[in-house]
Amino acid sequence: MFRAVALLPLYCLALLSASFSARATMEIQVFGGAADKIAVALVPFQTAPGQPMPALTQIVGDDLNRSGQFKMVDVSGTQHPVEPAQVNYNVWRGKGAEAIVIGQVLALPGGRFDVRFRLLDVVKQTQLAGFSYNISPAQWRATAHQIADIVYEKLTGTPGAFSSRIAYVQKQGKRYELKVADADGQNPRTVVRSSESVISPMFSPDGDSLVYVSFEDKKPVVYVQSLRDGSRRKVAAFKGSNSAPAWAPDGKRLAVVLTRDEASQIYLINADGTGLSRLTRGGNLDTEPAFSPDGQTLYFASDRGGSPQIYRMAVSGGEPKRVTFSGSYNVSPTISPDGKYLAYIGREDGRFRVELMELASGQTRVLTDTARDESPSFAPNSQSVLYATVQDGRGILGTVSLDGRTRARLSESGVDAREPSWGP
Amino acid sequence: MNKIIWPILLVLALSGCSSTSDTQATVEDRTATKTDAAKAATAGKDASDKAATAGGAQTTPLDGAGVKGSSLDGKQIGEGSSYTGDPRKDPASPLATREIFFDYDSYVVKEEYRPMLEAHAAYLMSHRDARLILQGNADERGSREYNLALGQKRAEAVRKALAVMGVSDAQDEAVSFGEEKLRDEGHTEEAHAVNRRVDLVYADE
Repeated sequence: MFRAVALLPLYCLALLSASFSARATMEIQVFGGAADKIAVALVPFQTAPGQPMPALTQIVGDDLNRSGQFKMVDVSGTQHPVEPAQVNYNVWRGKGAEAIVIGQVLALPGGRFDVRFRLLDVVKQTQLAGFSYNISPAQWRATAHQIADIVYEKLTGTPGAFSSRIAYVQKQGKRYELKVADADGQNPRTVVRSSESVISPMFSPDGDSLVYVSFEDKKPVVYVQSLRDGSRRKVAAFKGSNSAPAWAPDGKRLAVVLTRDEASQIYLINADGTGLSRLTRGGNLDTEPAFSPDGQTLYFASDRGGSPQIYRMAVSGGEPKRVTFSGSYNVSPTISPDGKYLAYIGREDGRFRVELMELASGQTRVLTDTARDESPSFAPNSQSVLYATVQDGRGILGTVSLDGRTRARLSESGVDAREPSWGP
Repeated sequence: MNKIIWPILLVLALSGCSSTSDTQATVEDRTATKTDAAKAATAGKDASDKAATAGGAQTTPLDGAGVKGSSLDGKQIGEGSSYTGDPRKDPASPLATREIFFDYDSYVVKEEYRPMLEAHAAYLMSHRDARLILQGNADERGSREYNLALGQKRAEAVRKALAVMGVSDAQDEAVSFGEEKLRDEGHTEEAHAVNRRVDLVYADE
């Protein structure tokens, strides 16, 4: 792997180069040392007249920075090579770079662009990846995210998640909008508008649909909506409350919380609303089901032990086992797609924060330093957690790396965002 | 705050009635302490003074007329009043009271709400086509989904109390709004207290 050979002294300074912090809508905070970050020189691509803004390398740089896995090598005061033959490796080695990204944008007839980039190993002086894309201006940001994904995967060995999407709810006055945006919070599109609250959105595993809870019927009802044509149907609208939907990894079934029989209990139901079966039993409060990636285990929050704690049980049935033990309030479980981690919200000293448990060892770690965190969900590559919190009295969205050292704020200022969920 | 005074006043007016009820599973059976009684008496006096100065005829049924024996009938209260509209909207009737507040981390319906719930139970039993929605609510602290379940727990407690009073399951529905319908959007203990409640809403209203 690339990491094994990249053991150059890491004396590079710039964690965030000036050009990356220029955008007001995104804030990236880095805490602690950067000892195991990969030093990448992201050379501004040669531009074409009339190309969209912002520059591709800025979008790529924001993506890489937000992941917390990289540090950006200062590229000011250097020649900006476009072709590999123009790269003076000694200069970049001297700057501490382990890898360098170069590229160019060419204008094509009909308003299209040709985007070419190469990722080069500074140590081995070889090309790690090289692609060209013939794109429309509308594909500008998507192209940057794809470049970031390739750089990320080649340098870390793990696929990137920059081309994925997130869903969240925005509240403005008494209006609620369910939105789908790119993983960096940009390019938001509204898919539901309502005068009543919408909560708990979650993408289907194929990314084609959203399940969510809407209060438009004067009570919580679970809807599944196609993102392709906007059509939707009620999947769970039983007597009482219907909430906390979670897609099974096969996309065929959902776990939902219903109160039709007694207290809030977890049920399984087919995505078309048929085949209801009850999973948890007893007079306790059971909610917030979350599937393990193999679909065999369900994690959920329950007050069966006296305080809200996270439990797990086999989807085929059986006795629930308690998973969280420290603290008196642990809720909102979510399992990383690689099955290694549980993220949840824990309360300590009156503060609600994102916590991470390594399932194999049971070791836990607090990832955030805020006080009103909610709704954690993992990136599709399991490498960071998206969550909602409150800053200056307003709901905002953020991501945090699994070591808790890199936190980024995604949402624009001036809007109240909540209930985020990371999708494919 | 007047809304809160009415049920307390009715505790006095209807005390003969509530004493005939057995201990019920979900209604806290707590005998009022001397201080509670004194408080209620003062509150009652204040309320009647206020009503008198306002020149409202609404206070007339509150002397206990029209409440006889062990069965409380919403219609009878209406007859004792000069109010001619929908009995559920008669400000002098306990049917006009639609909020039940809960203590922190509690899902027990307090004794003070028994007369008001008995009035709603009587109304439902004498109006078989009426449907009552019990909307549970929670304060803003913690997870939205978990708070939805907590609000449901409160709504269920009220539904069970009504069931004990004879209300059929077909006539009511316990649902929850969790923290989605905060009465007070503040972050103080006071705000949290008014947000921990169940709202009683008739389907036809």
